[in-house]
Order: sequence, then C-alpha cells, then structure tokens
Amino acid sequence: MSVRVALHSPTGSRSFLERGLLLLVMLIFLEGTVLTLGAASSPDISAQDNTGGGHDRRDDHRGIAGSHEHTNYTYTKKAFPVLSLDYHHIQVPFEISLWVLLASLMKLGFHLIPRLSSIVPESCLLIVVGLLVGGLIKLAGEEVPPVLDSNLFFLCLLPPIILDAGYFLPIRPFMENIGTILMFAVVGTLWNAFFVGGLLYAVCQIEGTYLSQVELLPCLLFGSIISAVDPVAVLAVFEEIHINELLHILVFGESLLNDAVTVVLYHLFEEYSGAGEVTPTDVILGVICFLIVSLGGIAVGAIYGILAAFTSRFTSHTRVIEPLFVFVYSYMAYLSAEMFHLSGIMALIACGAVMRPYVEANISHKSHTTVKYFLKMWSSVSETLIFIFLGVATVAGPHAWNWTFVSVTVILCLVSRVIGVVGLTFIINKFRIVKLTTKDQFIVAYGGLRGAIAFSLGYLLDKDLFPMRTMFLTAIITEIFFTVFVQGMTIKPLVDLLAVKKKQEAKRSINEEIHTQFLDHLLTGIEDICGHYGHHHWKDKLNRFNKKYIKKCLIAGERYKEPQLIAFYHKMEFKQAIELVESGGGVKLPSAMPSQVSMQNIQPKKLPPAVAERALPQFTKGREEEIRKILRSNLQKTRQRLRSYNRHTLVADPFEDGWNDFLLKKQRMIELEKKMTEMSNYLTVPAAPPDSPTMCRARLASGDDFKAEKAGAKVIPDPNAFYNIKASSDGVPTIQVDLASPQSPDSVNMLNEFSKRGATDQGLGQREGATRDEDQGLMMKLSSAGKEEKEEGGNKNPGLMRCLSDPGPSNEDEEDEPFLP
Amino acid sequence: MGASQSAGTEHEFQDLADRTGFSLEQIGNINKRFRQLSNNEETLSREDLASIPALDNNPIRAQIINAFFDKRNLHQNETGTVQEIGFEEFLMVMTHFRPAAMGLTEEERENLRREKLRFLFNMHDTDSDGTINLEEYRRVVEELLSKAGTIGQETAKAIADAAMLEVASTTRGKMEPDEFYEGITFENFLQILNTFDIETRMHVRFLHMDTATLRCGKSK
Repeated sequence: MSVRVALHSPTGSRSFLERGLLLLVMLIFLEGTVLTLGAASSPDISAQDNTGGGHDRRDDHRGIAGSHEHTNYTYTKKAFPVLSLDYHHIQVPFEISLWVLLASLMKLGFHLIPRLSSIVPESCLLIVVGLLVGGLIKLAGEEVPPVLDSNLFFLCLLPPIILDAGYFLPIRPFMENIGTILMFAVVGTLWNAFFVGGLLYAVCQIEGTYLSQVELLPCLLFGSIISAVDPVAVLAVFEEIHINELLHILVFGESLLNDAVTVVLYHLFEEYSGAGEVTPTDVILGVICFLIVSLGGIAVGAIYGILAAFTSRFTSHTRVIEPLFVFVYSYMAYLSAEMFHLSGIMALIACGAVMRPYVEANISHKSHTTVKYFLKMWSSVSETLIFIFLGVATVAGPHAWNWTFVSVTVILCLVSRVIGVVGLTFIINKFRIVKLTTKDQFIVAYGGLRGAIAFSLGYLLDKDLFPMRTMFLTAIITEIFFTVFVQGMTIKPLVDLLAVKKKQEAKRSINEEIHTQFLDHLLTGIEDICGHYGHHHWKDKLNRFNKKYIKKCLIAGERYKEPQLIAFYHKMEFKQAIELVESGGGVKLPSAMPSQVSMQNIQPKKLPPAVAERALPQFTKGREEEIRKILRSNLQKTRQRLRSYNRHTLVADPFEDGWNDFLLKKQRMIELEKKMTEMSNYLTVPAAPPDSPTMCRARLASGDDFKAEKAGAKVIPDPNAFYNIKASSDGVPTIQVDLASPQSPDSVNMLNEFSKRGATDQGLGQREGATRDEDQGLMMKLSSAGKEEKEEGGNKNPGLMRCLSDPGPSNEDEEDEPFLP
Repeated sequence: MGASQSAGTEHEFQDLADRTGFSLEQIGNINKRFRQLSNNEETLSREDLASIPALDNNPIRAQIINAFFDKRNLHQNETGTVQEIGFEEFLMVMTHFRPAAMGLTEEERENLRREKLRFLFNMHDTDSDGTINLEEYRRVVEELLSKAGTIGQETAKAIADAAMLEVASTTRGKMEPDEFYEGITFENFLQILNTFDIETRMHVRFLHMDTATLRCGKSK
C-alpha cells in the first residue's frame, strides 16, 4: 500500500468543485479513483504534471502538516470557513479504500447470486467487473490508468496470496509429490518457454504476417513469460472445483515453484535481448543462476521463518502483537529475496512453511485465529483486486492486435502444455508408485491457467528495448482471458463429466490420525527390515532430528515434546468444545464426537468407566426442561458481569464468556451425571462407580488404580464435589437431595466460591504454577501429583481448559477471578 | 510349507514371483536381505529382526516384529504365532506392502484395500478374536506414543478412549447406557477408515536394484 500512498496525482484538469460533485456519484467517483491510483503507480508521468499544478496539490501529499501550512499563508480576508472541502488531502487513502470496498462488495455480491457463481468462476466475473469499470472510465473521457502496475502488483498484491498459500501449504502431500511437482515446474516450464518461443519465432518469419521484425530472443522472452502457470488463477479456479488433493497439489505446487524458472529466464532473455547473442557460457551461467535464485530464495525464506519461530518463543507476554510477527517476517523475506532478484515467491513459501509448525505451537489460540483470518482476508481481497485490475488494464490498453501472433500464441500454449504434461508424465510414471492416469494428466494440462503475473512481467518490459511490447501485452492478456474464461469455466463441467475424484470433505477423525501415525512407523519399520533407505526412513530421521534439536530451540516451554498425535487430539477436543459453546447446548451435550455413545458402552464390564464424560443422564422431559431453565438463568447472571475494556488485552471476549458458560455447564452436567449414574447403578446395574472425567484421568495418570474404586471406596479428592453425594457406605443416595442440590440457584455461586477457595487454598505458588502451565497453551500435562490436585481444584477439565486458555493478556484477570466469570 | 529353500533357484523364485507379484529382481533382493538378517540360516527368528539397529527408534517395533510371526498374515484361517519363519513367509508379509498396480478395477481395488487393512487389523487384534477391544486399542496408542515419555503415556488412554467412542458412535449410532460395544470388528474397521486411502498409502518401494551392498540397517 505504501507505494500508492507515496505518489502523486496527475489530474490537473480537475477542479475542487468537480471533485465535490463527484463525491455524490459513486460510479463517477470510482473513475477518479482509477485516475489517482494509476497515477499513484506511475510517478514519472505525474511528476511533470505536478510542477504546473501549483503547490496545493503537492502539499496534499505531504500530509496534514503540509496542508495546514498552505491554508496558513493563503488566508487573508476570507471569512472563516465553517465547512471546507479538501478532497486532495484524503484522496489517495480514500480511493484505495474505495477500490478495496468495490472489490469486497463485488465478492459479496457474487455469492448472493448462487446460480451465477455456480456456473461462472468468480475470477471471470471479477474480470468482467474490471472491464466494466474500465469502460466507464473510458466513457467518461478520462485516460484509464495502468492500475496493474508491476510495482503495485509485486509488492502489494501478490505477497498476501502467496503467503496464504505458503502458510497453509499441505506439507505432507506436497513433499510426497515433490519430484513430480519439480518436474512439471522446472522441466515443464522450460519446455513450454522454448517450445512456444521457438515456434512463435518460426511463425513470425513466415511471409505475410508482418512480424518479421520480431527476433528470436524477444520471442523466447515472451515464451518464458507466457509459459508459467499462475498461482493466483490456479487457486481461484481450483478452489471452486474441489478437485482431489493430489491433482490440486500438483498443479498448485507447479504454479508456485515455476517462479524461479520464470524469474531466471526472464532476466536472462531480457539481458541478452540487448546483447543479441547467447553463448554456451551464458547457458551455464543461466543454470547456475537458476540454482541460486531458487535455492537462495528458499534459504532466505527459511532464515526468516526460523527467525519468526524464534521470536514467537518470547511473545507469551505480548500476545496481541504475535500475528504481526508472522506477517512482517514473511514480508521481509519476500522483500529481501526480491532485493537480490531471488525468487520471492519461493522465499515466501519457504518462510510460511518453515515457521508454521513452530509458530503455531508458540502463539496463543486467538493469535492463531487472527493469523488465519488476516491471511485469508488479505489474500482474498488481493485476489479480487488483481482480477478487477486485470479487467481495467485490458480496457486501458494500448493494444496492438495481430491476429496471427495472438492466435498462434493461444494455440501454441495449449499444444505445448498438453505435450509437456503427457511427455513428462510418461517419464514420471516410471518412478511414481501412484501413477497419474489419463484423466489426471488431462486435468493437470487443462488446469494450467495463466494470470496476472505474466501480465505484470510483460508490463515490466522496457518499451525501447522491446518495440513489440504492446503486441506482447495484448497477446498475454488474450491468453490470460482464454485460459481463465474458456478453461476456467469449462474445467468444472469437465471434472464432473470425467468423474475425476473429488476432494473428500470429511474432517479427519482421531482414528485416521492414529492410523496415519501408525502407518508411518510401520512403513519406516518395513523399510528398515527390507534394508534399504526409502523416503519413509529419511522422513523419520528428519522428524527425529526436528524433535530433538530444532523444536527445542524454537518452541517455548515443554510443548516441543508433544507428539503430533497428542497435539491432534488436543486440537480435536478443543474444536468440540467450541462447537459445544457455539451450539449453546444446555443439558444435552452435543459434540463433534457423536454423543449417543458413552464411555460406558465401550468400557469392558470388568472395569469401572474411566471417562464418563459424554454419558447422557436419562431425565424425563419435564425434569430436563426444569434443569435447563435453572441452569440458564444462572448462567445469564454470570454473563452479565461487565468487564473493563483494555486496549492491549482481549479480555472482553464473547468467546471467553461462552467458554466459561461451557465450563459451568459442563461442571453442572458432570455433577448431575454422577448422580444419575449412581442412581441408575443403584436401581439397575451394579458396578460403575461414578467419577468425573478429570479426576479419573488425573487419577489414572497418577497411577491410582482402579482397585480402590472397584472396592467401592469412593474417595473423592475433588473439592468441587462439595455438594456431591458423599459416597455413603451403602452407596444409596436419596434422590430428591441429589437432584435438587446442583440445580438450586445458589449452587452456582457456591461452586464459584468453592473453586476460588480451592484455588486459594492451594496457595499462590501453585497459582503461578497454573499460570505457567497455561502458558504452554494447548498442552495437557499431568506430570506431578501436586499439579493434578491443583487442576481438580481449579477446573474440571484440564485438557479443555488448557486448550482454550489464552494465557498472555488475560493472565492477570484469571488471577483475580480464577476460573469463572 | 516351503520354508526350506537352500539356495533360491530360478525356478523357485519364478514360482514365488507368480504367486506374490514381485519381480524376480525384487525377490532376489529380498532374499539377499533375508539371508543377511538370518545370518545365512534357513529361518529367521524374532531376535534376528530385533537386532536391526534402525528399528530401535521405532515406537511400534514390537508390533512390527510380531506381524512377521503372526500366522494370520502367513496362512489363511490360522491363528497363533510361529517362532521362526522361512523366506516364503517373509515374502508373504512383504506382499502386503506392495504398491497398487495400474488400472485396477473397482473390485480389485476393494480387495486390495481389505487385504491391507486386514494386515493392520491383525496387528491391533493381538488376541486374534476378531475384534479390537478397548484394551487392545489402548495398547496400540500407548505403543505409538511410547517414545513420547510421560506425556504420551498419560494421554494415550484418553486418545484411545476418544477413538473408541468415535468408532462406536459411527458404527452403532445411538446406544443405550446399558448396551455394550464389545470392540471394533473388521467391518467396523473398514468403515471408520473409509476415507483413508490405504491402497495408495500403505506401500514401500521395493527396489529392483541390489541394495545389500549399501549395508543399510544391519550393522553386523
């Protein structure tokens, strides 16, 4: 954004009055926006305008101070302006905001028309919108500015999209298919570039095309620009067709990694177009350059990624700025790579992918959500803007339409893509275990969309060196339009027609995760037994190295020890908790894990149920209603408590409230449940002494065996079990008392009091222990008996509480009012 | 049965290749490795496998080794374990890790899937009673987390319980409190791993070239 803001306005012909009128009309207003924006991105032209424009215009751009100065020395006899209009003062940021607003509204609009968005991909519609806006500007008789300027594009619009892609890159499928992806990205792009470039040159030499002035090197340059698959376009289209993971990662990975090839080829040909000749030495230099550009980009990205991870180790006291580190380090990585003409895209991808596992372990859950949302927001706005600008730029021209050149380009691109994919797959399939079928090849070939990167690269060409630049740009735009409109619109029906395997939307279950891990170890073991080191072996080695050294350095606290499966389990538990809160479940405990089955059902009869968490007490309808009503009224009371607002913390968070509600509910539930099970035990089944899950877990963890419970000695060390039926010797509770006590309005407060007292009793030292514990975020660790006790005193479900704890900012508050609102 | 191939003759290898689908080179390589592991004996014992140093870091090492001596993986319709295996048995276990061939029909794919999942299932079902009960499942998870220190052991139970609940609820639907879910049957196992592309994931690359010279794994 900074680029645009810093620059000048060329609109010499416009008066303040006109501006004022424009304020009223949104559409015409947009026009002005385009002007300034375009101007903003081309400082050279506007600089001249400004010299004649008088200082008021220049002052605007110096900011507030400038304009004040201005008014200071021009006021003479005029009356004091009660209301004045100073549009220039706010022009640039205002117009930027307008563009963003337009983009967002458009995005919003498309999803309001479901039929339209199911037929036409969003990218196409956005380009059409861009065309319309551009057309309106033209109609108004203004010069359409070059909105999709290279600087703006590469420094502002592209990075968010790539970072989003890199940060959320599915590492596993990516690494599993890295060979294929690299093959397509490097060899495929090289092939495309030379095939298209070479044949275009040949066509240009044919008499009657009036293209004989086009030389070989510019043709190759054009070929290298046009041959790269564009990540923005691919993302936009592939996200809508929900293709299976393998194909998605193949095409998308290719589009990301071919950047290095494009950068090198581009600079190489640009360099030698002037010189005219390319010697074998230059070719070797080009290869070396490619290695430096790609590996250097990755190295820069990885360094910044590690720095970001390391920084996030120490952010536990300033949680609010955590997300910023993620963005700033990534952007720095991108800029640093671009500074050396390394592949910025690869740097961003590497940075995002490297930092993610460590950063995620370090930052709080809320920060993680923030990162996620910001990335998604920025990337979708960028993407929208890019497509709109593409449309505007098309109208802006200038165009030099040459039927031969354009049509040959489009045809050659298609042909070379098909030949490239089929040829490369033939080779790759010899090495792949999961072969690419003909259908897969078709989708990979057909999904090779071109996009704004090609346009921006073409735009970057020097007019003097390349007299055919306008023709190139026209051809590039046509090719982009062809791929985005024709291929982008037909790929969805084709996918349906060919019955290509779609993405499975099902969320990962804990069983799948267990088996993923299990399979990993199994395959590593089999490889070891077979006696050759395959990729499972190396992956295992790398994992172990990562765990042993890197994680220790980059992850704060004890969390680095946490294996993936446990992390997954906590995440899952956490998700369920959130769903529970969101669904606002009262007595019934709806959860992601279908709740119809309780632990009792799977527990072998000889053992008492360890976790009775999801058991449903069987109430009669009326009683259930009653309980719910009482619970609700109590919960509302707690919710009404006001909290003070603090700019630096995020205490007044509705979610927090929700969570506390949930905790309360859950506590109530558990208590009721206990009663119920006990009752039913008494009435029906023997066995199964009741217990709260926490206690049970804690007890199991601390090595307390079942025998005590089995014997019926229900020693409940839980302070919260205050109003619980004390396990009498005969174990027969009186029903009325049981049900009434937890429902009585007072009991909530009593519980409140009690947990506070319980926590205080255990002393400050342990409280600090708790805080430290929670600093560790998502971890569930019950290592010492002391901690367990504290946990029982504090909250009923340590796993969930830890999952949800947002240690940083809210620590102080938790100290004041330990666990309940 | 054929646990006594003195020297892998061409004919015997050809016979094995026809039955298992491995290529002759692959069988030759596996045979070399087998001899290397068994110190040129006819049969392989548990100790031979346990002495592979690379396996030391594998959390499910014991389960992997057991799988090689499990009769269910060697012969159909038999349960129990054997003490020593010959080359043919060794190869039979390895067949479960062959990658899927190109152009399988739906039915073949399904069979392959069942076969591979059956292998996993047998690894979990240690008492061979046809169901994975909670105890067995807990042990699986515990082993899986056995390298994770105390945290692992403490969470393992909870994870296994959650997983078991998930199985019970996806396969049974609603259950009354006094009903009892006795364990995961193979059909349930298929059901819960429905979206798990086992046929494309459970494979090892069996090389055609000779790797014995690389001295991987075996230190002796």
